[in-house]
Amino acid sequence: MTIGTVDPSQSRHDAAQSIVDLRDVHLNLRSAAGEVNILRGISLDIRAGATVSIVGPSGAGKSTLMMIVSGLESASSGQVQVAGHDLSALGEDALAEFRRDNIGIVFQAFRLIPTMTAMENVAIPLELAGTGDAFGQARESLGRVGLADRVQHYPDQLSGGEQQRVAIARAFVSKPALLLADEPTGNLDRTTGDSVVELLFDLQTRHGTTLVLITHDEILATRCDRIIRMADGLILAEPTSSDTTLKTA
Amino acid sequence: MRYWALAARLARRELRGSLGNFRVFLACLALGVAAIAGVGSVSDAMHTGISRDARQLLGGDISIRMSHRTMPADARAALGQAGQVSEAITMRAMTQSGQGGRRTLVELKAVDGVYPLIGAMALEPAIPLAQALEERDGTMGAVIDPSLSRRLGVAVGDRLRIGNHDFEIRAEIAKEPDRTIRFATFGPRVMVTSAALPRTGLVTEGSLVHYHYRVALPKPTNVPAWIKNFDAAYPKAGWRIRSTQNAAPGFERFIARVTQFLTLVGLTALLVGGVGIANAVRSFLDQRTGTIATLKCLGAPGGLIFTTYLIQVMVLATVGVVIGSAIGAIAPPLTAHLLSGVFPVTIPLGFYWKPIGMAALFGYVTTLAFAVWPLGRARNVSAAQLFRALVVPPDGWPNPGYIALTAVAALALAALAFFATDDPRLALSFIIGACGVLVVFGGGTALLLRLIRRLPSPRHPGLRLAIANLHRPDNTTPSIVLSLGLGLTVLVTVALVQFNMAYQITQQIPKQAPSYFFIDIQPHQVEPFTTLVRSISGVAKLEHTPMVRGRIVRVAGVPIEQVKPDKDIAWAVNGDRGLTYATHLPEDAKVVAGDWWPEDYSGPPLISFDANVARGLGVGIGDTITLNVLGREITATIVNLRHIDWATLGMNFVFVFAPGTLEAAPHSVISAVYAEGTEAEEAVQGLVTERFPNISAIRVKDALENANRILDAVAIAVRTTASVTLLAGIFVLAGAVVAGQHRRIHDAVILKVLGATRRRVLFSYLVEYAILGLLTAIVASAVGTVLGYFIITELMRAEFVVSAMAIGLTVSIALLSTIGLGLFGTWRALGMKAAPLLRNK
Repeated sequence: MTIGTVDPSQSRHDAAQSIVDLRDVHLNLRSAAGEVNILRGISLDIRAGATVSIVGPSGAGKSTLMMIVSGLESASSGQVQVAGHDLSALGEDALAEFRRDNIGIVFQAFRLIPTMTAMENVAIPLELAGTGDAFGQARESLGRVGLADRVQHYPDQLSGGEQQRVAIARAFVSKPALLLADEPTGNLDRTTGDSVVELLFDLQTRHGTTLVLITHDEILATRCDRIIRMADGLILAEPTSSDTTLKTA
Repeated sequence: MRYWALAARLARRELRGSLGNFRVFLACLALGVAAIAGVGSVSDAMHTGISRDARQLLGGDISIRMSHRTMPADARAALGQAGQVSEAITMRAMTQSGQGGRRTLVELKAVDGVYPLIGAMALEPAIPLAQALEERDGTMGAVIDPSLSRRLGVAVGDRLRIGNHDFEIRAEIAKEPDRTIRFATFGPRVMVTSAALPRTGLVTEGSLVHYHYRVALPKPTNVPAWIKNFDAAYPKAGWRIRSTQNAAPGFERFIARVTQFLTLVGLTALLVGGVGIANAVRSFLDQRTGTIATLKCLGAPGGLIFTTYLIQVMVLATVGVVIGSAIGAIAPPLTAHLLSGVFPVTIPLGFYWKPIGMAALFGYVTTLAFAVWPLGRARNVSAAQLFRALVVPPDGWPNPGYIALTAVAALALAALAFFATDDPRLALSFIIGACGVLVVFGGGTALLLRLIRRLPSPRHPGLRLAIANLHRPDNTTPSIVLSLGLGLTVLVTVALVQFNMAYQITQQIPKQAPSYFFIDIQPHQVEPFTTLVRSISGVAKLEHTPMVRGRIVRVAGVPIEQVKPDKDIAWAVNGDRGLTYATHLPEDAKVVAGDWWPEDYSGPPLISFDANVARGLGVGIGDTITLNVLGREITATIVNLRHIDWATLGMNFVFVFAPGTLEAAPHSVISAVYAEGTEAEEAVQGLVTERFPNISAIRVKDALENANRILDAVAIAVRTTASVTLLAGIFVLAGAVVAGQHRRIHDAVILKVLGATRRRVLFSYLVEYAILGLLTAIVASAVGTVLGYFIITELMRAEFVVSAMAIGLTVSIALLSTIGLGLFGTWRALGMKAAPLLRNK
């Protein structure tokens, strides 16, 4: 079977509009049992404003791919270009600043800071960026996800769905170019999950943010412009041309 | 600036309501800081009290002391012109309650009409001193210490015979303004007038009498300049002048020494607590791994993470330091209450900012030294883990910058120890000792764990689990053994040193020490004295030697004021020393350098010198020592050095002159009598003092009991401070137990799910903690015994005896602490129902 990757010539052709541009990315980790090849030559081009879902079985390398794109993991080889930055050239702190300015992440386990209120959680990315009105914007962002009356609540005082809304508000508050969502409904019941997804896509559409979504949910995956299937550290399916078309609001 | 402000904001949010997680951190830090601040505050309070009452303790602005002789008339006249003068004479004497009553040695003080120049005597009944001491019907009055009333069974109105005169006891002394604490007191105080003293017949040529001249100078007088001029006018006077700057030098030296020692014990407690601080910080940061990862994921740079948590740790350190300082600050009033009646001045209450500031600094630097490492490691948390179900703390070493910062904090701690003790040798020994003990504990524990790991696995599953728990990943064994072990080591060392000192005083020394020293024997009394003593059955040995007092004025030509002797021999140059002369090498003496002089030596003055004092003064064979003996300066050359075993309590002298120098000086003779059995001892004292009223008997047993009492009092202070170290160790143990609670609950639930009964789980934990306690006790006993051996044999030069009780106590405390606290901590784990935990999983 041919392992589908983005045509390099096409990738070069669309480079001006690419927000994620990976070329032959490998990630090998050493363990007690020997070297493990987590990613085995990933090339991927995602255009700005697109919605992309990544699907595949556990251990396929989906989350690792997210880590590489967000600069949380360094590729063993290959080129990683995200939002115009060559991530391999950035140090630890520069990568942190890169994430602060360009990336929003929504995790399956929400990952809110338990000692901070909803508003403080949302304000952090703005505070890190030195934005003057961090709390005003955070309040506004929470209002947009329907939690205007929950701003002073701590995570353990919120339901799972509410916590994920706070996480979404936090991810969007600094208006990132790229939003990564790792199983955002994985810890939620169906109804709550659906409302969270609606919110996610609604905000994505409003901000024109590029959305990369990991999911096991095929229905959810089909809501995206493009579906990338992964297995065993490789991308299995060639994206169709329509997948790469910029979707407008 | 934005960076720090943001870090402070994040730190504030993180800290909200989480102080409860830091109980062990705060307890460890507060305890160490309180110990150092308390010791320093009490010491400062005592010094302040002494300097506040210095004029009263000294008896004037100036105090001049002369031995054996009065001040030359011209000097005395000059004193009278300088200000108001009060004269006092002190000596030791035997007293007897009436005719044929009990006898005892007293410290006799004869005062003039203007005594005391500063402060006031308080008597019971409350009558003026002059009235109490006046002559009535040909009988002079005396006031006495209440302890003498008890000892002799006398009361006000009774007669007291001193020498040839019967005094009437007119009152008991409630307060003597110029009486400072002295450790070498030989008896209770009896005070009479100077006019009455000649009636006793005790003051004869060569008898050991001190003449004190206290002067109240008009204000303003530049006292140091006055002393300098007065000294210069009488260069060969041989007196000892003190001003209010050193009103109670011996006692101040004692306070300084005890403070140094207790500060180091406090510092040890702080170092032990440091292990608890490191554990608490690590445990806190482990809990915060998810938060740190999230912050990093949101774009927080590593430096911001470090700063955020550093601020939190330093805020907590401030809480600990404030608590510790507050406890330390209330130590002076507590001590004042305990010491009221013992300490010669009232301890002034107040806030002693200097020792408290020093303790606070110690607290902060210790926190940094122990917290930077885990803080530095925390910034290595991998944010990528957020994509995984489990976020685990990082392992490995922090970045080199943080290792360097830890090293700088450790060096700063060492520098503070130097500064706080003001004794480079002591501080260096402490630092080397602390590092050595850390290495020994670290290495010893690692070695024992490796051994345990290699042992064949026991068949019993509970036992197997217990042993596996000791060395499995993330075990707390090394930190428990280190912290609790350090506390126990201090305890073992202190217990062994105390045991050995008490053993020396109560068992060893009495075996070889004489029963009595008789002083002030006139040369013409030597023969009848010897005949009398030898006639008493039970007297095994009798030695006598001439003695005259003198003081060092120059060492190798350098004036003594410019010589800086080692602290341990400073006693030899402060004040008068007994001098003797001998043709033959004294018994028990060992010449360690040079040769003893020939029997028929005649020539320039030669001396045999104590080797240890020579070392402390930096002199050796061929150097000269100039002594002022009765106003005459004698420069003698050192021809040999002797090693003196002071523990024999024999008649040892720092200075022994060759024949031909001291014989002509007026001197008395001192005699050591070895009597076997109480009956013989009593007969010796009774017959000698009855026949020769001027001869004073010093009972060695009394002196040893006195020494033992002092040792007991010091031991209480040392043990109390040492137990602070142990308490710090127990805090660390408690912290480790609390930190491991989550794991215990998890393990207990899984084991129960797999079919283990609570009894079996309990057994396994019991064995684990017992092994831990035993391991700690073994290492602590070994290290403590080595340290105790070193202190006793090398520093005190005595024979070392191992005390099974001290070791047994250590083992018991270790086992009780580990098993007790361990089981207390795991009780909850055993009671946990499996279902709720499994559901949460």
